[in-house]
Amino acid sequence: MLYINCPHCGMRSQNEFSYGGDASVKRPELNKEVSDQEWDNFVYNRKSLRGKHLELWQHISGCRQWIKIERDTATHEIFRTFKADEEVA
Amino acid sequence: MTQAFRIENGGLINKDKKLSFKFNGKTYFGYEGDTLASALLANGVHLVGRSFKYHRPRGFFGAGVDEPYAVVQLYRNGETEPNIKATEQELFEGLEAKSVNCWPSVNFDIGAINNFLKIFLPAGFYYKTFMWPKSFWYRIYEPFIRKAAGLGVASTKHDNERYEHKYEYCDLLIAGSGPSGLASAYAAAKNGAKVILAEDKPRFGGSLLTSDVNIGNQSGKDWAEGIIAELKTMPNVVVKNRSQIFGYYDHNMLVMSEKVSDHLPSTKKYHPNKRLWYIRAKEVLISSGSIERPIVFGNNDTPGVMLSSAAKEYLKVYGVLVGRKPLVFTNNDSGYETAIEFKKHGVDPVVLDSRKNAESEIIDEAKNLGINIKNSHVVVAAQGYKKVKSADIASISEDKKQLGKIENIQCDCICVSGFWTPTIHLASQSGNKTKYKEEIDAFVPGQSKQNEITLGAANGVFSLNETLKTSFKAGSELSKKITENDNEIAIPNVVEKKSSQHDKFWCVPLPEGKNYKRFLDFQNDVAVSDVEIALREGYRSIEHVKRYTTLGMATDQGKTSNLNGLQLVSEIENKVVPSVGHTTFRPPYTPVSIGAIVGREVGKHSKPTRKSPMHEWHKKNKAVFVDAGVWLRPRYYKKGNENLFEASKREAKNVRTNVGVCDVTTLGKIDVKGPDAAELLNRVYTNAWLKLPVGKARYGVMLREDGIVMDDGTTTRISENHYHMTTTTAQAANVLSHLEYYLQLVWPELNVNVVSTTEQWAGAAIAGPKSRDLLQKLFPNSDVSNEGLPFMGYTEGDLFGVKARIFRISFSGELAYEVNVESDYGNFMWEKIIEIGEEFNIQPYGTEALSTLRIEMGHVAGSELDGRTIPYDNALEGLVSKKKDFIGKRSLQRSAFTAENRQRIVGVVPLDKQTSIPEGSHLVKDDKAKLPNPKLGHVSASCWSVEHDNPFSLAILKDGKNMIGQKLFAMSPLKNKVIPVEIVSSHYVDPKGERVRS
Repeated sequence: MLYINCPHCGMRSQNEFSYGGDASVKRPELNKEVSDQEWDNFVYNRKSLRGKHLELWQHISGCRQWIKIERDTATHEIFRTFKADEEVA
Repeated sequence: MTQAFRIENGGLINKDKKLSFKFNGKTYFGYEGDTLASALLANGVHLVGRSFKYHRPRGFFGAGVDEPYAVVQLYRNGETEPNIKATEQELFEGLEAKSVNCWPSVNFDIGAINNFLKIFLPAGFYYKTFMWPKSFWYRIYEPFIRKAAGLGVASTKHDNERYEHKYEYCDLLIAGSGPSGLASAYAAAKNGAKVILAEDKPRFGGSLLTSDVNIGNQSGKDWAEGIIAELKTMPNVVVKNRSQIFGYYDHNMLVMSEKVSDHLPSTKKYHPNKRLWYIRAKEVLISSGSIERPIVFGNNDTPGVMLSSAAKEYLKVYGVLVGRKPLVFTNNDSGYETAIEFKKHGVDPVVLDSRKNAESEIIDEAKNLGINIKNSHVVVAAQGYKKVKSADIASISEDKKQLGKIENIQCDCICVSGFWTPTIHLASQSGNKTKYKEEIDAFVPGQSKQNEITLGAANGVFSLNETLKTSFKAGSELSKKITENDNEIAIPNVVEKKSSQHDKFWCVPLPEGKNYKRFLDFQNDVAVSDVEIALREGYRSIEHVKRYTTLGMATDQGKTSNLNGLQLVSEIENKVVPSVGHTTFRPPYTPVSIGAIVGREVGKHSKPTRKSPMHEWHKKNKAVFVDAGVWLRPRYYKKGNENLFEASKREAKNVRTNVGVCDVTTLGKIDVKGPDAAELLNRVYTNAWLKLPVGKARYGVMLREDGIVMDDGTTTRISENHYHMTTTTAQAANVLSHLEYYLQLVWPELNVNVVSTTEQWAGAAIAGPKSRDLLQKLFPNSDVSNEGLPFMGYTEGDLFGVKARIFRISFSGELAYEVNVESDYGNFMWEKIIEIGEEFNIQPYGTEALSTLRIEMGHVAGSELDGRTIPYDNALEGLVSKKKDFIGKRSLQRSAFTAENRQRIVGVVPLDKQTSIPEGSHLVKDDKAKLPNPKLGHVSASCWSVEHDNPFSLAILKDGKNMIGQKLFAMSPLKNKVIPVEIVSSHYVDPKGERVRS
């Protein structure tokens, strides 16, 4: 079970969190013309990366904040965690 | 019964407390502190079971967790548990156990005929033998295999034992209380670190309990006892015996199974049977020791053949002689230690040492005691069927290929030692890439992956002196990193005998003309010849050989067989062992009870049960409940002998004619507050929300980004910046997460807060033509007329002193209201409604009537919003705004979603107006068409229309828009029904929606 450093609450076990997918995906702006391809990329097309991956999690049984986690999908190593509005350098 | 093989003096058992127990129906006696195995051996019982495949007689091979044979069915306090290792099960008064895998008895087992048919049961026989004819599989082969295979029998009764889970954190977790575990725990504890020390056996001390060593002028055992006693007094230390750390998971999470009650005749009140510990450790010290490995020879599975270390443990810990004429067969000095112990107790052993000449302090001691030692000698085969009677021995050439003249010598047990295999399971599970250590012919942990370090014998270090030094140091250094204390500890002086190099020898060649079975894996009956076949048939990868032969796949996970298997493969393949590699170690290290893994999450505790504040009233009034997600909701209220169908029909009819009341507390409720609340709703829902006035409710549909309907519900503007959103019962949690996602990540600029208020409000839906009359009486001071509170209106009222929210919304399609009060007043509200409603013939209605009412109205619910439908499919396209953007809108342009013949909701009525259509039925054009019959749609929900008094269903049908009036067939192969139907409008009652506005 992963041990996740929630930027709001500190170290918590994985069973308090729920996974939310790729954090690098940006939703196209509202009311903007979007091509089929662009929309499909947003809704469906994801890379299944092996290695370092920036992903979203929600601390669902804790502070309920969505956070970003930089994790290695192969080794489960967690490098850093970020608040939702924190810029990932 | 006398315990003929118990010695007078010695052993760590309590001879003052005699215990009686039964094995295979016969009563025996043992002592407190015995295991079932040691007590049976004390009584001279060696035959405990039959082997898995050939049903050969099997005895005891080990004295602990590595035991491959002595697996029994245990009976304790009216419960039975299969696959208990007799070598681990502690004796208690009244214990009962039976042999497994034998019929009719362990002494006479019909399955033993397999031993003579073994030519038909080679490696992979499952894959070869039972292949044809195909039809035989279900009727003949599978039942036969199921009967013949397997070990114990699982109980079919409810398990009355309790199992607990515990979460724990510590600085240092130490697995194993042998010398390295004790030393490192002590050093770390002295530095103030929070330490958990786990030992799987009842006694602490590991190898110190049986080895002849001296630490700081005390025997190893006394030193261990002293350390444990001191650790137990320290508040920062937890020491746990009978506790097996069986799994090493990510981020230094380890799981330990503590046997709290297995050693007692029955579980004490308020105690669990087992406790599963989830331990998050900053550092892990693996001091799991090593397991002696056997040398392979003919008939090496005969009862009486056992590990030499086990024989020594039975003698030193339990005061039990495993034989009176022991033969020790060894390739290293450990066998001599066992021989010396025998000799000290007046028993004359014979030692066969495969080495030509070996010299060490231990061997000198054996020689001085006058022990008969034969160098360059091996056991060729054990003789005797149910017990070793003699051994064929021979000298062996230096290249270990030629046997000398075979000679038969009498013996009643053969104690075998093929050197030691470090127990690296935990290290390997942690991700450690193990490496092969040539000097010991075994794998040891390599580079650590997590925060783990392996010490002592588990790391391939067999010198006590070195083990203690490194362990004190490791315990001290690791704890210093955490606590920043540095208390110096004097390392005690160690006296141990030096040993000499072991012989790289593991398998005795077959003598000419003999075809003895030489077993590698004792539990799964895998012999040398089986692995040879697998390799001959082209299996190369050790993982494939393992699966084809089942080597190492039994419940003992190959603890005694893996390395010998690897040696064999490497020998035949002419490879070195490290390039063959070992199979993956996976948790659990040793079998763990399913009960312990499940813990207390069984039966009604498997998920939380949520009850509305009116639950007790429903119960008193004969509600029959149904699970709605985690909620319990009344399905119907039983009157007299009514069944579900009759009751729901009565309840629904009463709503259509009088007034009914339904508990709608379970609906998800979310408070949406903030200046941008309207903007959020406008983006989340498909319809327009910016102009909803205060005091008005609106029905909304929300989509996922892929255009699929996520949920629906009404949202009411309570005040300028305050909205009350309702969701379906099932989606409440998901909708909240969904809103939080957009607020926190996508549109953080919106100034809105959302919070769940589901539990804060109790809700009652009052529906039916007489509902307004009732409402007026409930709220005499409010104007609830059609003008004062029109459809989709909202007001607040005073319910006999209780503040209430009144929504004029309807799911039933009737004139209806929903009243919410704070949860604590829920029951008060409900009783008032029932009391005052009496004059209007009010009846409570459950979810079944609720469904009936919504289905015949054509209102969609979870069975239509099933994660596969878009608004159009549910006839909700009128709610999709063309002007504004919202979540999922762009997806609705996908060609499949705009197709002319897109699926759409329709009504379905059976032509005979009698036959109810099973939900899930497929709609097809031709009931006689060849399979697979093309599916046009499916029936999503069915009811008995109380308005029309005939069955009615909703369906999602391809090109539904143009199908009204068509005649199709509803087919349900599951229910074996074919029903001719007509497609009608989904609005079967009040298609213009006049009632809700009346």
